[in-house]
Amino acid sequence: MKAGIVLFPGINRERDMAIALERTSGHAPRMVWHTETDLAGLDLLVLPGGFSYGDYLRCGAMAAQSPVMRAVRDHAARGGYVLGVCNGFQILTEAGLLPGALLRNAGLRFISADCHLRVERADTVFAARYQRGAVFRAPMAHGDGNYFADEETLDRLEDEGLVAFRYATPAGKVLPEANRNGSARNIAGIYAPNLRVLGLMPHPEDLVDPLMGGEDGKPLFEALAAA
Amino acid sequence: MSVQPPVDATLARSFGLSAEEYAKVLDILGRPPSLTELGVFSVMWSEHCSYKSSRVFLKQLPTKAPWVIHGPGENAGVVEIGHGLAAVFKVESHNHPSFIEPYQGAATGVGGILRDVFTMGARPIANLNALRFGNPALPVTKRVVDGVVRGIGGYGNCVGVPTVGGEVNFHPAYNGNPLVNAMTVGIAAVDRIFLSAAAGVGNPVVYVGSKTGRDGIHGATMASAEFGKDAEEKRPTVQVGDPFTEKLLIEACLELMATDAIVAIQDMGAAGLTSSSVEMAGKGGVGIDLDLDSVPQRETGMSAYEMMLSESQERMLMVLRPDREDVARAIFEKWELDFAVIGRITDTGRIVVRHLGQVQADIPLAPLADQAPLYHRPTVDAPKPAVLNAARVEDRVGLASALETLLGCPDLCSRAWIWDQYDATVGGQTVKRPGAADAAIVKIEGQAMALALTIDCTPRYCAADAEAGGRQAVAEAWRNLTATGARPLAVTDNMNFGNPEKPEVMGQFAAAIRGMASACEALNFPVVSGNVSLYNETEGRAILPTPVIGGLGVIDDAAQAVGIALRPWLDLVVIGASRGWLGQSLWLREIGGREDGAPPPVDLPAERAAGDFVRAQIAAGAVRACHDVSDGGLLVAVAEMAMAGGTGVRLSTGPRDIPGHAYWFGEDQGRYVLAVAESAALIRAAEAAGIPAVRIGTSGGAGLTLPDGGTISVATLRAAHERFFPEWMGS
Repeated sequence: MKAGIVLFPGINRERDMAIALERTSGHAPRMVWHTETDLAGLDLLVLPGGFSYGDYLRCGAMAAQSPVMRAVRDHAARGGYVLGVCNGFQILTEAGLLPGALLRNAGLRFISADCHLRVERADTVFAARYQRGAVFRAPMAHGDGNYFADEETLDRLEDEGLVAFRYATPAGKVLPEANRNGSARNIAGIYAPNLRVLGLMPHPEDLVDPLMGGEDGKPLFEALAAA
Repeated sequence: MSVQPPVDATLARSFGLSAEEYAKVLDILGRPPSLTELGVFSVMWSEHCSYKSSRVFLKQLPTKAPWVIHGPGENAGVVEIGHGLAAVFKVESHNHPSFIEPYQGAATGVGGILRDVFTMGARPIANLNALRFGNPALPVTKRVVDGVVRGIGGYGNCVGVPTVGGEVNFHPAYNGNPLVNAMTVGIAAVDRIFLSAAAGVGNPVVYVGSKTGRDGIHGATMASAEFGKDAEEKRPTVQVGDPFTEKLLIEACLELMATDAIVAIQDMGAAGLTSSSVEMAGKGGVGIDLDLDSVPQRETGMSAYEMMLSESQERMLMVLRPDREDVARAIFEKWELDFAVIGRITDTGRIVVRHLGQVQADIPLAPLADQAPLYHRPTVDAPKPAVLNAARVEDRVGLASALETLLGCPDLCSRAWIWDQYDATVGGQTVKRPGAADAAIVKIEGQAMALALTIDCTPRYCAADAEAGGRQAVAEAWRNLTATGARPLAVTDNMNFGNPEKPEVMGQFAAAIRGMASACEALNFPVVSGNVSLYNETEGRAILPTPVIGGLGVIDDAAQAVGIALRPWLDLVVIGASRGWLGQSLWLREIGGREDGAPPPVDLPAERAAGDFVRAQIAAGAVRACHDVSDGGLLVAVAEMAMAGGTGVRLSTGPRDIPGHAYWFGEDQGRYVLAVAESAALIRAAEAAGIPAVRIGTSGGAGLTLPDGGTISVATLRAAHERFFPEWMGS
């Protein structure tokens, strides 16, 4: 799958993402500047983490208005794959590609720590190399990762099987103490209805090398590379 | 300004210039200065910019080694690390602003030190910080800690440079004067280092980055004076940080640095446009003409004085090759940053500042630098405290209770509450995160090698004996790098002291430098950059002398780096001599309720021998975990290894000739705890090298089994260790 990483001013995890994609696919991703509008030839668009436009407005709100986002929307509408991580997830919700919003963390502080994610379904291109119900570790690094949506939307996400990952204990229990940012129903990541757009807060791209503490995030990128 | 005060000795005094210094200004100019000129002289001759009290002492520090490319005098130190790469690093204080406005003071401290590093062509890959706060029982301390931690995180997280290490202490001496020392490390190609010396008559002087506003005017002068009761009123002198613009500035500068457009570059730090233009032209031995009408301005009606003295953040000054102006402009337009030609390099040897058609300043550069004040301030050596006899210090609580108390005290408890607010993994190269090893390990992308990074100082030792404390700070940094398996290469230092006009404070400074110099010399660990922060006093009370040492080392194979986490069924061996030194120990303070005695001495030849031995053992693959013995002594070191690995330890009985509490909590220097599969070979090798080595226990089980029969579970230790910060900060 040919991947492109979308660069907004203030993004800072684009190198991490490029390393993870190249390590698993053998191909360097294309770097796409936020003013570009021609994304032909790309199968997967990745919106990486960081602080687009400093997040001085609502997180992701400015980036969602970039010229490149029209092309990202078209790409998604054509059934193209989109992965948004952290600020990328925030941008996807601001752009309306995913429902809900990411609010300030419940403790009102930035959280940089490992969390554990339970895989809610494995029959998607993104999660194909995990088992359903499996737990994997990922670093989180965000101040605004508290997933919020109204009850109706949350019920719909659950009913349609669009919850991708939930914050869980290492043993896979979905409990409040595993949910440090206070996300509704422990939701860490969600899919669009066609299961081809994924947004998640933690950073699987930072755990693809035993040297950095583990390879828990690697299956996600291997699955994308193989698709 | 509506009414301009007359420019005279009285105004000069209020700008921080003494009568003699003002007389020198008159002499250099041959006339009274304009307001703008007085501003230029006052900031260039401030303690902060001129190092007028400290220069004579700083010269004693060793600064050379075969791997040193640039020592002190540039924006940051540069050392060669192999494979054509260099590490560029420096530490800098932002103490005064961080008390006045903790969030912005700390945030802009991080921003400033980042610019010192990327201005040399290096991509920043790691941040560290050393923090000192007052008594935790005071509400103001809580407010300052909260603001400083948020500020460091707010800036560092946004620019995407991982914060990988640091240290924090509390002491009432910092009640009105916290310390915020920020360190940045970057990587550059050895043949692509950028310097600040301007050259090329006619070359354009280019301003890039944020617009200039009225913020931070006279910040350097503020940082060169004590606080009185009016500290709060100085808030307007604190700058406001914009990490988003900094991130763009990093990317734009590094993109431009990949071309051949830049002749010289310097960030606008303390004293802003004044210091950058004066230093660039001065170092290059040329002149500089500035046209302030071209300076991008955030506010209307700014005077020349205000523009020259503003400390608005996220700005850089460059001298470009004239035929590359368009290349540079295009890059900065892409990153949506201001780009303005504001002057030219001249051959006059003078700085000439024009504004609204008038010459506002015309100063010869050579005397501004050469005749800068240099003081040989009087020093008084403090009496050295007597060595405490450990046998005369009674243990009323036993090992288990003392251990639990120590692990929970503010100076030793878990810092997770702090580092959980700093992004430690961005960049994807963090091999050892905070708490995982004695030094942070950050890999160089695309290489097998990694940097080891640490920052250290034990102020209570320095307060008791500044020379011994200075020596210990250097030795501890060297030890922390060694404990990961890294080769220590060089030091950046941040000298935080009180009012240099007091002989006892200057005596502490001089003694600390002597101690540091002796250790740097003996350990082949030169100082390549640094910062001096004086006047750390509030209402006449000085901080503890705090010479902070940032250490950098390299490990050729990142996979060989060793952490502190224990695994079960390993032998624990302490390397280095244990004599039960309780003077100035944390046990003495926290359990004994006393802060007396001489601090533990560092035996430099023994330090070197033990460290070289440990490093060789790690390189040979014999060591599974390693932790230096520092605050809290041997038992605390073992407990920290146990908590990190989640396994217990059965400890052996200590020597009979040392009281148990002195042996287990004494802070003798030059020691490491090594975890190895089998201790006999290690001990034989150590004995052959003449290095003391004693097996002290075996890992395994769920708790620490203490030599006096007590046991304490790892879960209990962790609970004690992790309690303080969350309870104190209410989260």
